[in-house]
Amino acid sequence: MGDISSIQEKRRSVIQDAIVRQNKKRRLMDRVFTGVTIACIALAMIPLGSILIEVVKNGASAISVEFLTRPQGSIVSGGGGIGPAIQGTLLVVGYASLIGVPVGVLAGIYLSEYAGNNRFAYIVRFFNNVMTGMPSIVIGIVGYILIVLAVGSFNITAGALALSIIMIPIVVGVTEETLKLVPHSIREAGHSLGIPKWRVTLFITLRSAKNGVLTGIVLALSRISGETAPLIMTILGTSLFFQFTFEGFTDPVDALPLRIFRLAALPYEHAESFGWGAALVLILIVLSLSMALRFLVLDRRYKASGGARL
Amino acid sequence: MFLGKKRKGDRIFRWVVIGASGYTLLMLVLVAFSVIEGAIPVFSLEGLSFFIGTDWNPVEGRESYGALPYVIGTLVTAGIAMVIGVPISLGIAVFISEIAPPKVGTPVAYVIEVLAAIPSIIYGLWALLVFRIWLLDLIERPLYQAFGGTLPFFAKAPFGLDVFTAGIVLAVMIIPIISSISREILKAIPNSQREAAYSLGATRWETVRKVLFPYAKAGLLGATVIGLGRAVGETILVTMVIGNALGIAAIPTTLFSQSNTISSVIASQFNEAVTPFHSSALIALGAVLFVLTMGINIGAQLLVSRMVKVVPGGRE
Repeated sequence: MGDISSIQEKRRSVIQDAIVRQNKKRRLMDRVFTGVTIACIALAMIPLGSILIEVVKNGASAISVEFLTRPQGSIVSGGGGIGPAIQGTLLVVGYASLIGVPVGVLAGIYLSEYAGNNRFAYIVRFFNNVMTGMPSIVIGIVGYILIVLAVGSFNITAGALALSIIMIPIVVGVTEETLKLVPHSIREAGHSLGIPKWRVTLFITLRSAKNGVLTGIVLALSRISGETAPLIMTILGTSLFFQFTFEGFTDPVDALPLRIFRLAALPYEHAESFGWGAALVLILIVLSLSMALRFLVLDRRYKASGGARL
Repeated sequence: MFLGKKRKGDRIFRWVVIGASGYTLLMLVLVAFSVIEGAIPVFSLEGLSFFIGTDWNPVEGRESYGALPYVIGTLVTAGIAMVIGVPISLGIAVFISEIAPPKVGTPVAYVIEVLAAIPSIIYGLWALLVFRIWLLDLIERPLYQAFGGTLPFFAKAPFGLDVFTAGIVLAVMIIPIISSISREILKAIPNSQREAAYSLGATRWETVRKVLFPYAKAGLLGATVIGLGRAVGETILVTMVIGNALGIAAIPTTLFSQSNTISSVIASQFNEAVTPFHSSALIALGAVLFVLTMGINIGAQLLVSRMVKVVPGGRE
């Protein structure tokens, strides 16, 4: 009898030891795993830190009033600036949003307010998502084939068309998402007053979702301001300012990303410093857009308790 | 009378919004039309051998164009980017959604979003002037000295502009994309799944590996495929660091070989194309890229939409 119980006792303690050891191992694995994920974060931070430091450090010394406002001088000896590139970026992005914003917002309205779950809406939704992943260089080909070849020269309209195609699916998606967050009671209040649906949609629903829709537009603007590839085949780049004449619309235009790309290919020291300067200006434009975005997002979710802010 | 007027306004507006939706589809059709239209001359010259040819000769009279080296270059660089980028992205997503308290997770998520907002041209400039030198000194040269004589992968003296550099910089670029979509997908998993695992005494690692990952398999795969689509289509960054080899020389035989991807050939040669066949060959490469990325993105959408609706924030 005594023998048996001591054997059982021993067996139990062996099992317990094994469990304790196993648990230690499991806890250790958990620690290792936590450490690895933190290392992943650290790895992702290194490039961000380095990019920001290098762009600010090398870019700041290039920036001056002349740099921001003058066309490029001799690239070998320096002088001049990136005025035409800044002007061109603002113009081509503005032109693209003249097409992209209305189309994007209206299509978003259709998907959220009119379509329900019909097949056409499903197709529009699906292919808009697919288009967000379309490489921008492929989209540039549209501007080249349809407009550059037809006009006979590189021009701003081709660039704006290509950028608007990149912009639209982003605006459509965010607009639809935000409109769907607006509570039904808001729309019903409008309908109960006998207001036609299109006015309810534009002046009540869309207005309550204003911040979200703006978020989508800003996101799209910051994305297209940094695009380079489609501009190579549409606006080409130049060292001259855009002229507001009829001829201006049939001439090449410059843009910041394009200027950085061309400068980076040159072996001169001034080109490098100009490149960093242009990069700093571009990053300031894009990051200030994304800061503005953050500011809007804080207010984005529809606060049911706060009621409608019409 | 009053009612009739109301209905008229509604009818017009309805057609306006349907028209806008149709316009978005029309753009996709125009993209497809343009790449096919522009590619016709080179297909009439080369026929199907365009896809398997390895020559690249734009000299008039002796013109010959083959896409194969660039397709291989694209797959190799994208492959390197995925091997490095996917595990890191999943680590980041898990840290933010499962491990970090919100006080830490929210700012980290914001920083990752900033990384996603930086234009690829700036990644390119940084990679060309700064990061390339780091890689060369810290990784490429030591690898070459250690294995250059024995392993064929490393058997080429590196100088920084090669498929390895392009792959790594691409990884840096796709990490924010894959990690933020994966984060959304992990967030969409019901809490009951986690609670069930913890109540059985599972550790965090076990919960993530045995409960959350299997549950979110399709969605995480979709996030990865979206990243792959970006890596395959990214142009300017790759053009700046891949070394721009042409023809048969663009088939990478080592990690440190110069090469070219489909998109980087288009970007680097488009403005130099003088003959109609040369332009057409570049657009035909665009057609190949179009088909490739359409396939990848349609696959990704089908996978991801099963889990969550992705915020279609472009690179976000």
